[in-house]
Amino acid sequence: MSKPKVAFYWCASCGGCEETVVDLNEAILNVVAAVDIVLWPVALDFKRSDVEKMPDGSIAVSFINGAIRSSEQFEMVEMLRKKSGLVVAFGSCAQLGGIPGLGNLFDRRGLLETVYKTCPSLTNGNTTTPVTSTKVEKGTLSLPELWDTVKTLDQVIKVDYYLPGCPPPPNLIADAVNAILSGKLPPPGSVLAPDMALCEDCPRRDSKPDKIQLSGFHRPHEIIIDPDKCLLAQGLLCLGSVTRQGCGSVCVNGNMPCTGCMGPTSHVADYGAKALSAIASMVDSNDETEIAAILDKIVDPLGTFYRYSLPASLLHRAYAAGTNGGKK
Amino acid sequence: MPRQIVIDPITRLEGHGKIDIILDDKGNVERAYFQVPELRGFERFAIGRPSEDMPQITSRICGVCPTAHHMASTKALDDLYKVTPPPAALKVREMLYNIFTMEDHALHFFYLGGPDFVVGPKADKGSRNILGVLGKVGQEVGLKVIGTRKELRELMILAMGKAIHPVFGLPGGISKPISKDDRPRFVKAARNAVEFGQFCLKIFDDIVLKNPQYMEYITSEAYTHKTYYMGMVDEKNRINFYDGPLRVVAPDGKEYVKFPGGDYLKHLAEHVEPWSYIKFTYLKGVGWKDFVEGPDSGVMGVAPLGRLNASEGMATPLAQEAYDMYMKTCGGRPVHFTLATHWARLVELLYAAERMQELADDDETYSPDVRVIPTEKPTEGIGVVEAPRGTLIHHYQTDDKGLITMANLIVATQNNAARIAMSVDRAARKLISNGQVDDGILNMVEMAFRAYDPCNGCATHTLPGHMPLIVNLYDREKRLLREIRRD
Repeated sequence: MSKPKVAFYWCASCGGCEETVVDLNEAILNVVAAVDIVLWPVALDFKRSDVEKMPDGSIAVSFINGAIRSSEQFEMVEMLRKKSGLVVAFGSCAQLGGIPGLGNLFDRRGLLETVYKTCPSLTNGNTTTPVTSTKVEKGTLSLPELWDTVKTLDQVIKVDYYLPGCPPPPNLIADAVNAILSGKLPPPGSVLAPDMALCEDCPRRDSKPDKIQLSGFHRPHEIIIDPDKCLLAQGLLCLGSVTRQGCGSVCVNGNMPCTGCMGPTSHVADYGAKALSAIASMVDSNDETEIAAILDKIVDPLGTFYRYSLPASLLHRAYAAGTNGGKK
Repeated sequence: MPRQIVIDPITRLEGHGKIDIILDDKGNVERAYFQVPELRGFERFAIGRPSEDMPQITSRICGVCPTAHHMASTKALDDLYKVTPPPAALKVREMLYNIFTMEDHALHFFYLGGPDFVVGPKADKGSRNILGVLGKVGQEVGLKVIGTRKELRELMILAMGKAIHPVFGLPGGISKPISKDDRPRFVKAARNAVEFGQFCLKIFDDIVLKNPQYMEYITSEAYTHKTYYMGMVDEKNRINFYDGPLRVVAPDGKEYVKFPGGDYLKHLAEHVEPWSYIKFTYLKGVGWKDFVEGPDSGVMGVAPLGRLNASEGMATPLAQEAYDMYMKTCGGRPVHFTLATHWARLVELLYAAERMQELADDDETYSPDVRVIPTEKPTEGIGVVEAPRGTLIHHYQTDDKGLITMANLIVATQNNAARIAMSVDRAARKLISNGQVDDGILNMVEMAFRAYDPCNGCATHTLPGHMPLIVNLYDREKRLLREIRRD
């Protein structure tokens, strides 16, 4: 019997999702022994045309990381969808938009204009901007069109499962691969990670007060951070109470607050809104002026609460005139 | 006869890329283009973010070299707040930075670039990869490589929180010290790492240097360019990855300029082409003269080849021996052979291991005193490190609250981008004739970029901007407001 075929592909991403697969260490040898990898550009030499030649549905599962923000990425994931039985949105960017999703605060035109016109290190008087088609001697060169709006994977193709995290922890990847290979999968649409908040799993859990009441917030560089005490109780914006567990509390172990890369549990529709309301409920004051002063210390609410999930959120993107309503 | 050959996607590199080869009527190469087809926008969406979040936000530029961005960013924050971290914090940062450089260089040798030599440039495409390498060197060696990398990555997690996207960098220090209890583990891992570095050089010696065919490839015209080179050095002009001035040498190997990273805008500039999203850094003082080599062209090389050329040696004994052997075999400094980068990378790997060992053996590395709370008003900061793939510059300006108002990032692969484009073009011209191409030939064209270990993830971070952003998300009824505006 032939081995199940597996593809890995990346879109608007950083490559951390490829590294985390390498971080399976010796377990990767078992994965490789059990499957036939037909596409993985970071490590293998198979090209787009090799996959295009394969029959529809012939790939058992495609793990796709990165957000979608160009015509080329869209074509690739559409093609992989057709070829694949299952598609797994792999990592924060594919699941929620991730950090590149913060690009939705701006639009394409502004982006291109400023990068190629006003950056301080550009050649003086530069007038060139990359374009989708360039005539050169005896030929034409093409570049993919950038979209105005960064999309999550499930906003452009059907997604069967999600692996959360920036990047997904190797143990969750191993569990997901085993579940797929053995056919023991949860209902379609599931996030393949525990459905509980990180606080429940936190090594500092015992130091978390039953009811946290804060009269002020601190930014991490402003205080010496106690290595044992609940970070939220120290006034740091730790998002563990609204973030899905499964990461092993790695940031907390690094003595820094959770920033929410694992996304919400299944009980939450909009991660940022949930985080915002959770934090706001901890403000220990009934005085309007005092509340305002306390919240002033949250200097970047959007970038803090929607750091990984702006494209997937109810906000989706900043309004920008002439961007065809966020269609692309 | 095909008139245009497209290699899409190019493989065994970090990030997206394609090669467009345009042929003339006779099927010879008119010109080959190395294109980067993606762009994300970090400099733009950095605007409005708290500067202390930048080490974690910018690490997402690249998940293969997140530690490089994290560290350049953290150093930029030190400069932003004009704060000097305690000695222990600097030692921990430098030790972790060397651990990272070592495992990253090893990743390239075994997973990305090495398969072309270990398995063979024209081997079947299904075997030119890590699995092919394991098949060739044997399972035992494979497990040794995996085991060494695993231990180094675990130490990174221990000290930095995460190996992929670290969290420990803060202006004025690091978020937590390394406990004395963990010292034996670092010391032991460092011993193993030095041995591993020597082992990698031995593999290279056995497989590449002892193979006349490979030596012919390395020294051939197809893979040679005489350019300027840049790298970070210490006070004796020896390589340093974490701190020091940037030194540039001319194609004849003589020092052209040495400058502190904070002066980068005086010495470096970026050129734009319509056919790629990457920007091409060049030496401002020499000027952009198109994709050409020689003393009159501002094109330069960075990363291992560039760094070894821009330095006068290594700061540790075994790496210095390896450096001497490398220079002697390659005909002296500067070495213009692009494929020699693979060797230079392993010389650096050994240095990183030895430097890790020095720092792991240093009592001060385990001091609990790792933070200074910044007190100065933030305005502007520049941080520079040597990423595995070349010089990396982070430059921020902020408002009084330390929120970013301007971010400019010049990343490693950009500094190599023009030379990479030239290398791909030349390899294609030399290797393709009369329209004859096959998978093996095209792979040898790809080898021209692969030597650089380019990171197109990094290279497509760009999109700076100066647009203030005002966000107001909260009202008294604790409802989310949809008010996001730009002024």
